[in-house]
Amino acid sequence: MAVDVGLDVARAVEPDRVHRSVYSDPGIFELEMERIFNKVWTYVGHESQVPKVGDYWTVQIGRQPMVMVRHADRSVRVLYNRCPHRGAMLYGDRCGNVGKGIICSYHSWQFDTDGSCKAIPLDKGYQGTRLTPGDDNTNVKNAARVESYRGFVFASLSADGPSLADWLGPAKVAFDDMCDRAPEGEVEVVPTCFRVIQQSNWKIFLENQLDALHPAVTHESTGRAAGEVEEEISRKGGHAPLSYHFLSAFATPITKWDAFQTLGYPNGHCILTGYMGLRPRDPDTLAYEKVMQKAYGKQRMEEILGVNIHHVLLYPGLSVQSPLQQLRAVRPLGVDKTLTEIWHFRLKGAPEAIYRRALGYYNLVNSPSTMVNADDLWNFWKCHKGLESEGGDWVSFHRNAGQDHETNEVTTSVIGTSEQPMRNQFKAWTQYMNGAR
Amino acid sequence: MARKAKAARKGAVGKSVARKGAAPRAKAAPKPANGHDTLRAVEQLLYRQAECLDGKRWQDFIELFTDDGTYWMPAAPEQTTGDGVPSIFWEDRDLMTVRLKRLTHPRAWSQRTAWGTNHVIGNVTIEKEDARSGDLVVRSRFHMMEFRNDSTRHFAGSYVHHLKKTRGGHRIKLQRVDMVNAQGPYEYVLQAWV
Repeated sequence: MAVDVGLDVARAVEPDRVHRSVYSDPGIFELEMERIFNKVWTYVGHESQVPKVGDYWTVQIGRQPMVMVRHADRSVRVLYNRCPHRGAMLYGDRCGNVGKGIICSYHSWQFDTDGSCKAIPLDKGYQGTRLTPGDDNTNVKNAARVESYRGFVFASLSADGPSLADWLGPAKVAFDDMCDRAPEGEVEVVPTCFRVIQQSNWKIFLENQLDALHPAVTHESTGRAAGEVEEEISRKGGHAPLSYHFLSAFATPITKWDAFQTLGYPNGHCILTGYMGLRPRDPDTLAYEKVMQKAYGKQRMEEILGVNIHHVLLYPGLSVQSPLQQLRAVRPLGVDKTLTEIWHFRLKGAPEAIYRRALGYYNLVNSPSTMVNADDLWNFWKCHKGLESEGGDWVSFHRNAGQDHETNEVTTSVIGTSEQPMRNQFKAWTQYMNGAR
Repeated sequence: MARKAKAARKGAVGKSVARKGAAPRAKAAPKPANGHDTLRAVEQLLYRQAECLDGKRWQDFIELFTDDGTYWMPAAPEQTTGDGVPSIFWEDRDLMTVRLKRLTHPRAWSQRTAWGTNHVIGNVTIEKEDARSGDLVVRSRFHMMEFRNDSTRHFAGSYVHHLKKTRGGHRIKLQRVDMVNAQGPYEYVLQAWV
């Protein structure tokens, strides 16, 4: 007899398994938009995307079209992309500069970059009506809260809830690790955004990001292909660029993935420790370490470069690959459709070669010609279709269940391939769906 | 007539047909670069390349490139090189070989579904011809329909082929592929070259 949990989220999630409707029921998706995405901190963009006053980028938070814009006082504002007059989006393009101000293309209502209404044409038409120019309801609505951490801007559509720093908690290491690797302590965006749409529920992608059991299976073909060419290059006396290693590392035998570790933090954030060996002894790395040592001193440099992270997941909307200065923002478009926006950052003050090394990864793994995600997205689609089926009710997260170590709200997996990260994500999912802030 | 044809042949890559109604040229002037035979040869090369893709003859595709050849799909139309900037593809022959080996690996899981492409190439124009080396810059437009996983996708854009003249004919030193939707969101990804 099939289990139908309806919209009863308390029945849908158990400590070691999750009902399929959590992925496939459009009603649950709508609840997620309301109870998760309308409340949490959502990554909006990096401050360096809007360097000049009036620069803007449009972005989606949950279901809401928003615009991130640099205000005259240099603060970054996040506004609802909606004219208060008749509701038209103020910007239909992705980015630009507002020029003399935000002007609605429909009836020319004009706004400052903090959303305040500057002018309504022929405003005497409002005399004696319930709309008074100057009233707050003639202003563009702002996101309830905007905060940034080391240049990464987040917004929340909910007036209350934890501060960004509290919400990130120890997972803020995503941005510390990325920025500390810059001799100048900060990063700037590389102005290209790759966008790839997955035909699957957003959670399937997040679960995969810290799933250390899948690479050796899913990416064996690419790992082996890169490894063979890498060997061929050295056989001919050459040196394959590190980008080959990025790919061949995926073919690490399945048994070795247990040597890595995952950490679960509060709010569903989690970490997979590194496996790519990103500190080789080649001349580029040595030159970079020289610059780093000058900037930080030897001891601090060793601390910074000793951080061993593959991915940090900031639940529910961001996957950060700090040692390669890349991130993927997750924008759910529907219950079975998810957009990822993929960005690369440059370490300020680091030699060009270090940027180029990470660029190889951006092109080969994160671009629309990815030889890696091609097989992930195929799995995601197959998962989603399978979870729409009635061939079973539950998704299993039993692997090493009951063995997670929890100290001070940090959960440590016993082995790298433990399904601890998924259990940790669903702990947060349940809290949000039950109304937690 | 015979004398005219002989003059036209002088310095030409191959046999050429003089254009009727073309402006008369000074006797010593070299033959116009984009002679019909060069154009036809180039068109045949582009069609052959499209056939390699549509026929999934990946090794043949790679061999159309010079040993130092590059296949480049920019991330944005204003890019002037793929060196040091994000690209959708920026592959030398070694990286192309990685892609080939992946595509043909028995456990490249997403290759299991039936798929195929159909390229149509047109608007072929010789933009530059180096009279001394015979090297060419050729611009063309493509339209590609892909069938994959029971649905179809359409891609279109322009090619610029930088061709190097070799004993065995022209080979590709650099192919630039500008997708019209380069900056748009991709529904799924591109597994093979376009």
